[in-house]
Amino acid sequence: MLIAQDLRKKYGTVTAVDGLLFEVRPGVVTGFLGPNGSGKSTTMRLFLGLDRPTSGHASVDGRAYADLPAPLREVGALLEARAVHTGRTARNHLRAVAAANAIPRRRVDEMLGLVGLEAVADKRVGGFSLGMGQRLGIAAALLGDPGVLLLDEPVNGLDPEGILWIRTLLQRLAGEGRTVFVSSHLMSEMAVTATELVVVGRGRLVATGTVADLTRGRGGSVLVRSDDASRLAPLLAGPGCTVVAGDPDTLTVTGIDSREIGRVAAEHGIALIELTPKAATLEEAFMEITREDVEFHAAAVSAS
Amino acid sequence: MTAVISDDPAGLGPGRATLGTSLSSEWIKIRSLRSTWWALVAMVFFIVGLGPLFAAVRAHRSNQLGPEGLGFITDPAEISLRGIFLGQLAVGVLGVLVVTGEYTTGMIRASLTALPRRWPVLAGKAVVLAAVALAITEAASFAAFFAGQAALASTHHQASLSSPGALRACLGAGLYLTIIALLGVGLGFLLRSTAGGIATLVGIVLILPLLAAALPTPYSTDVIKYLPLTAGTQIIATRLDPTALAPWTGIGVAAGYAAAAMLGGLYMLHRRDA
Repeated sequence: MLIAQDLRKKYGTVTAVDGLLFEVRPGVVTGFLGPNGSGKSTTMRLFLGLDRPTSGHASVDGRAYADLPAPLREVGALLEARAVHTGRTARNHLRAVAAANAIPRRRVDEMLGLVGLEAVADKRVGGFSLGMGQRLGIAAALLGDPGVLLLDEPVNGLDPEGILWIRTLLQRLAGEGRTVFVSSHLMSEMAVTATELVVVGRGRLVATGTVADLTRGRGGSVLVRSDDASRLAPLLAGPGCTVVAGDPDTLTVTGIDSREIGRVAAEHGIALIELTPKAATLEEAFMEITREDVEFHAAAVSAS
Repeated sequence: MTAVISDDPAGLGPGRATLGTSLSSEWIKIRSLRSTWWALVAMVFFIVGLGPLFAAVRAHRSNQLGPEGLGFITDPAEISLRGIFLGQLAVGVLGVLVVTGEYTTGMIRASLTALPRRWPVLAGKAVVLAAVALAITEAASFAAFFAGQAALASTHHQASLSSPGALRACLGAGLYLTIIALLGVGLGFLLRSTAGGIATLVGIVLILPLLAAALPTPYSTDVIKYLPLTAGTQIIATRLDPTALAPWTGIGVAAGYAAAAMLGGLYMLHRRDA
């Protein structure tokens, strides 16, 4: 269980994390979603005690990270920026990390096998591809068989095979009862990997809930086909309802549901060929939730 | 990787993060980087190669000049240990790299997430580096002494370990070099940058004496004798310089610089975000 309690971090005058309050439960994959620069990596670093919060608390199973007697045995972390000396071999890197928490050496070979790096275990990490580096980071995170995993953008730069591998692994780890907290700016990836979501923008909490909750009733549309589409469109359009014409006989309607569309069509004697509600994708929900934050961020980046 | 219902499904056994685990981790780290070996090879080459070379050159010149040439060999022990003036750079750079190599690659984040109380990371690095440096510099110093004295044998003015101050000079050479390595560790934690750390190390050890020499006498000698190079290297002299600090006082002053740098580094390690 991870808990952020009114977590706040300022770097000089910039507030990177602004009063985050959320919980991450064990047993499911929780996605940490937000645009680039929204404070996800900073939040991860606060949970790991690498940065000190300006105010508030980040706790792991009820304790501050620095108070864990053998942190790698309780928390495994993959940071977005690499945390490996490029001059060392993969095996020696894992051995050094394992030794720091008295994790048996045998475990290093097991993890190299799990992530499929045995063949390059004695090669120096500097020559690794992005995907191999991510696999090594996962191996380091799992060394201590931790009950909590914090992974910052684990699928970044991975090929489809690697993405599928991480997705399957994370779901298996969560299925074993672990707390799995994964950040990403890729909504499509979180939609298939995560069950729960914590959405942030500009360092602030934007939404929490299940993927289903967050997509329900948000940005959904209805596909309408009718030979009389051009007559139907102005009847539907109005405040809170947009109608976009596609093919001559097709309309995409947002803002009112299919029941209402059917009623309007019947009132005016218009025959419908198709009336299909389409649930919002997480992508659409996310864009809607964070639109304001993204705009702010774009402005802030061009100014800095 | 089976069920987490069992207390220890992965069979890890008990374990805590302590200074002891930091030491074993640092011991693996220091051996597994090529830079360590290059720095140590360079240092041994400077110490064992240069001191005896100086001794051989002086012996040759002295033999050419006859009795007047003995002025070249006033302190035979010190001559044979002069390679430490270059060797200190290699071992000091190693001290800086042990720390800044982690900051520049990001490895420090792995080290600190394993040992979040932080001080064991600094202590582990300092103890392991000091042990490695002391073992190798002591061996190199004795080797340089014996090779140097062999080179001086033709002048019949060579020293032996039983000569007054000779044993102290050999032991002290390794001690001084170890102190410089620790100065490098402290500067590494203070500055976090390889270039900055090495430049500052060279500045403190080699440049400060040059700058202080620009002061008018007697201020220049008064300042120079307290700088780490002059203070720390009195230990390899068997004919003492009356204007300098006594050997053990001097090495204590040099150790003070290293201790100050490490305390500063410890403060920054705890205070700054990693």
